Amino acid sequence: MEILLVIIIGLLYAAGIYMMLRRSLVKLIIGLILLGNGANLLIFLLGKIVKGEPPIIADTEKMLGEIYADPVPQALILTAIVISFGLQAFAIILIKRAYKVVKTDDLDEMNATDEDL
Amino acid sequence: MSNPYIVLPVIFQLFVAVVLMFSWNRKNLQKLISVIGSLIALLISLLLLLKVNQDGIQAMQAGGWVAPFGITFVADTFSALLVLLTAIAGLAVSVFSVGSIRNARIKFGYFPILHLLIMGLSGAFLTGDIFNLYVWFEIIIISSFVLLTIGGEKAQIEGAIKYVTMNLLASVIFLTAIAILYGLTGSLNMADLSIQVAAVENRGLVNVTAILFLIGFGIKSAVFPLYFWLPASYHTPPPAISAIFGGLLTKVGVYALLRVFTLIFIPDEFLTWVISIMAMLTILTGGLGALIQNNMRKVFSYLIICHIGFMLAGLGIYSAIAIAGAVFYLVHDIMVKTNLFMVSGLIFKFKGTYSMRLLGGFYKEQPLLSLLMAIPLFSLVGIPPLSGFWGKLLLIKGAIASSNILMIAFIILGSFLTLFIIAKLWAAVFWKDGAELPRKKHIKYFEELKPLKKKAMIGSIAFLSVISLGIGFGAEWIMRLSMTIAENLMDPTPYIQAVLGI
Repeated sequence: MEILLVIIIGLLYAAGIYMMLRRSLVKLIIGLILLGNGANLLIFLLGKIVKGEPPIIADTEKMLGEIYADPVPQALILTAIVISFGLQAFAIILIKRAYKVVKTDDLDEMNATDEDL
Repeated sequence: MSNPYIVLPVIFQLFVAVVLMFSWNRKNLQKLISVIGSLIALLISLLLLLKVNQDGIQAMQAGGWVAPFGITFVADTFSALLVLLTAIAGLAVSVFSVGSIRNARIKFGYFPILHLLIMGLSGAFLTGDIFNLYVWFEIIIISSFVLLTIGGEKAQIEGAIKYVTMNLLASVIFLTAIAILYGLTGSLNMADLSIQVAAVENRGLVNVTAILFLIGFGIKSAVFPLYFWLPASYHTPPPAISAIFGGLLTKVGVYALLRVFTLIFIPDEFLTWVISIMAMLTILTGGLGALIQNNMRKVFSYLIICHIGFMLAGLGIYSAIAIAGAVFYLVHDIMVKTNLFMVSGLIFKFKGTYSMRLLGGFYKEQPLLSLLMAIPLFSLVGIPPLSGFWGKLLLIKGAIASSNILMIAFIILGSFLTLFIIAKLWAAVFWKDGAELPRKKHIKYFEELKPLKKKAMIGSIAFLSVISLGIGFGAEWIMRLSMTIAENLMDPTPYIQAVLGI
């Protein structure tokens, strides 16, 4: 399971970076989404995956048992997903506006900010 | 153990933003609330700094969860000082916005977002939890995205695409670094990490994580070779927005670098070498970039990069005195850069252009105003006793003490380039005879503004200029503060004690 996740994470990062290096704005956003998902899976993997051991303290005990699923990474991922959802929604609206205003989705043609006055 | 007033600067800004949202369509009321709110926020931050200065480092555990399990907020002198500077810059920009932001932008919620941005900045300075720092960074960037694009002009949108892409990439790299760090240590509390990271046996992975943090924060603080988004975007929004961006957004990256690389990762020889090289090249490329620009705001954008190099140099030299220099320079730079972007905005209101080639004769037309503008410009160059001088003095002292000759050369080169650029700008904008510029219809010129708006714009520039002069002439006090901060950064034991209570 870990090995599979490692490969998937690596693929997601590689694909994300590759897509970001393309000139099209849409591919840029897809690249960012892939990268974000890769990072979320990485947190999930590094939280140590264990099966069927919920982090619940039994009535008779004072602390958690020896092996338990760490709940912190899940909280982190949830936060990161919500944040990236908001940011991606903004980015998608932004490229739509950019396409309307500049009338191209080629990054190489977006040079208005480099023009001299 | 619990000191809820630490988060008061953050909560209060949120409160102001919410109140502003309830007066959505009433623009005059919004302006009033924003200015009064910023004034109260300034008072709160001042009280926080005084409290920290008197009683030492204050820590607060959110929800009463004992550290390192809950989210911690820490106010040491460094955090409290930066929160105070944020509040000062926020007040100045809020007043400047009253004069310069157009009603169309206010209708789309300019003021609430401005206060949310300042809330994010204060939160980033005060948090003691690395994941919480990520969340504050996200609040900062989403607010800055909205401020950057509000109005939707062509240049703004194009600048925003570059800005958004690089900042999202930086966030992902930062998140990756946090993930690896959590996998290594199982902790997110920065004070706890300080102990845990030192005990990790896999040093190779620790160094990789450190480099990831360096890249993530490096993009945000615009260091060489990761700064390209900054000069592509900072000159596009209205001047009030450029001012808050130029003054504070890159500086929060510098703060994070200073905090993480003194508390969590103690740089080894290789890392200080990498940071030093980055600092030197940042100074050089920023300075050379500013040299060839013709747009006044682009000159200032490149100068931001150049001076980020000075602060990074302090971290690269890595001694108490050099870090004190970096902190002093940070204090000076926040005030001066905010002011300079407002100055460029005021000149635009008079002349209708930012082009240094077209501008001219400003001194002849407005001698008193020109003298006021000279204060931030000369402070930036660092002519003693103005504020820019003292930070560089400490940095060079630190470089001499660690016999880093190359760094001294680059700091002096950077100062010289700044001097040359400002002299060129002064000659082009203020002294040179200016031709009559054609009046543009869509611009509301300074003479057409209401007296209150005129006073707001000049008043905010005068306010920050007085603070800059204060930093320059009261340098001894700031220097003592910077030394305290640097000692606390170099020896984080009191910080760890205050957070973990051991």
